[in-house]
Amino acid sequence: MLGKMSLRSQKRLLLFSFVTVPLLLLVTFAYYPAMELIRLSFTNWNGISADKAFIGWANYKEVFSNPDIFGVFRNNVAYFVVGIVQNIVAIYFAVVLNSKLKGKKFFRLLLFLPYILNGVAVAYLFGYVFDTTSGSLNYLLGQLGFDKLAETSWLGNTSIVNYSLASIGFWRFMGFNMVIYLAALQSIPNDLYEAASIDGANGWQKFFYITMPNIYKIIELNLFLTVTGALEVFDLPFVLTKGGPGGASETFVMKIIETAFQFNNYGLASAMSVVLLLFVIIVLSIQRYLLNRKGD
Amino acid sequence: MGKASRVWSFVKYLSIAIAVFVILFPPYIIVVNAFKTSEEFFAKTAIALPDSFLHIDNFIQAFKKANMPIAFGNTLFIVGVTLLLNILIGSAFCYAVGRFQFKFKGMLVGLFLFATIIPQITTQVVNYKTIQMLGLTNNLMGPVLLYVGADILQIYIFLQFIRNIPYELDESAMLEGASLFRVFRSIIFPLLGPATATIVILKTISIYNDMFVPYLYLPRPEHVVVSTSLMRFFSINSGDWQMISSAILIIMIPTAILYLFLQKYIFAGVTSGAVK
Repeated sequence: MLGKMSLRSQKRLLLFSFVTVPLLLLVTFAYYPAMELIRLSFTNWNGISADKAFIGWANYKEVFSNPDIFGVFRNNVAYFVVGIVQNIVAIYFAVVLNSKLKGKKFFRLLLFLPYILNGVAVAYLFGYVFDTTSGSLNYLLGQLGFDKLAETSWLGNTSIVNYSLASIGFWRFMGFNMVIYLAALQSIPNDLYEAASIDGANGWQKFFYITMPNIYKIIELNLFLTVTGALEVFDLPFVLTKGGPGGASETFVMKIIETAFQFNNYGLASAMSVVLLLFVIIVLSIQRYLLNRKGD
Repeated sequence: MGKASRVWSFVKYLSIAIAVFVILFPPYIIVVNAFKTSEEFFAKTAIALPDSFLHIDNFIQAFKKANMPIAFGNTLFIVGVTLLLNILIGSAFCYAVGRFQFKFKGMLVGLFLFATIIPQITTQVVNYKTIQMLGLTNNLMGPVLLYVGADILQIYIFLQFIRNIPYELDESAMLEGASLFRVFRSIIFPLLGPATATIVILKTISIYNDMFVPYLYLPRPEHVVVSTSLMRFFSINSGDWQMISSAILIIMIPTAILYLFLQKYIFAGVTSGAVK
């Protein structure tokens, strides 16, 4: 039947039927919510009642002036710091796995493994590792003779809880970063290294003058993922510490969810979401700007 | 030179050994404790091996108590329906965009690419209301709709792939009288096979591992998925580490097996997604 239609009308029908559904979904679940978020952020909507009053910039003032809201970004800093170390370690292991090494494939398989494991299971897995009394980390430290350190409450101490949680992120995502760096390293033509060897360059010189410039773009991509990941942390603290002790590990996204779904303050939660969205866009713009400048 | 390279090779293997230890130590603890009886658990240290790896009582109990038959069933349903819709809609869209010229095409593709910078976690406040309005909270189709609608990984992968399929194949089929729909169904879709495999595996893993969406949209016990069943199980059994260890293992194993057998597609997907 379709074969009898002219190619032109076939094309029209096909374009219409193949494009409409995905476009509709995209608008409904990406663009509409983004727009609606902006609109709601200027209201005091509670999520249920039909009326929502326009209250101007009040929600935004609240976000930036209330230390209980904006202050939680302090807790996100740990994830950023650990994320940077994670990238350095990932580059190191990518270089190692890209060099002459026995069992390369196996090590890549192993280092990437944590990334594909269930996040909730990983969180509890570390709940056990970090447990103060029956935990395996403190047992290990005790065996190694660090008796004082072996009494640490890794998830109960307000000054280290975020670093403990962020180190779980390190465990989970280092291999992911490494695989991306490794793919970038493998795409650097070998002639460059050979030519440099002939010119008498040593290992460090090759790393800084050939390897680094060639994976610059990928480093930026990974850093973007690290920064946005640090801004959007949710599941680890939510599952493992519920934001405790005393709110010390609460993250900004947890605060948004709490504001909307527990306190029914949709207006304020929307303003917080918009702020987060703007931060992500700012980070991305800085990255693009740096990338373009480098390209000139 | 010889000495420096010997030092470098020592550092290399030492650091790999440390990394292997750090990666394997936490799962090792879970594995050894999941097989311990409660007497053994208190009598032995956390890192000691169990008397027998045949003691699977903990697994049987955890499987039942955590409602895992229901959790695995629900997860399988959500993954299955999401993938079916994603593959169908995504491949069709990419055929339309990858093969034809039409007005506003550049804008359309741009719209899809730009959407990736909107973090999904920020739009949940509104999406929750949308799903509620559609009557899909406490319904397995709610998460399905969100996974299908809000993620566009399949579009990236299919678009990259479709551009490498030579257009002559379409032409010769059309010369033989095939309609455009038939070209898509019998020529393009089968050739997208490797891309489809990559998408199926990456999405299966990411949906299986997601906690946020099921936690928010499926709060009822009859709708638990693997992630939320583990959370429930933990909250009633916290401190009972040998039982929790078995539950953790049961939940970790499926994706680990997928990974071992299909690593080729996973690495291909991760690296192609990153170079976008």
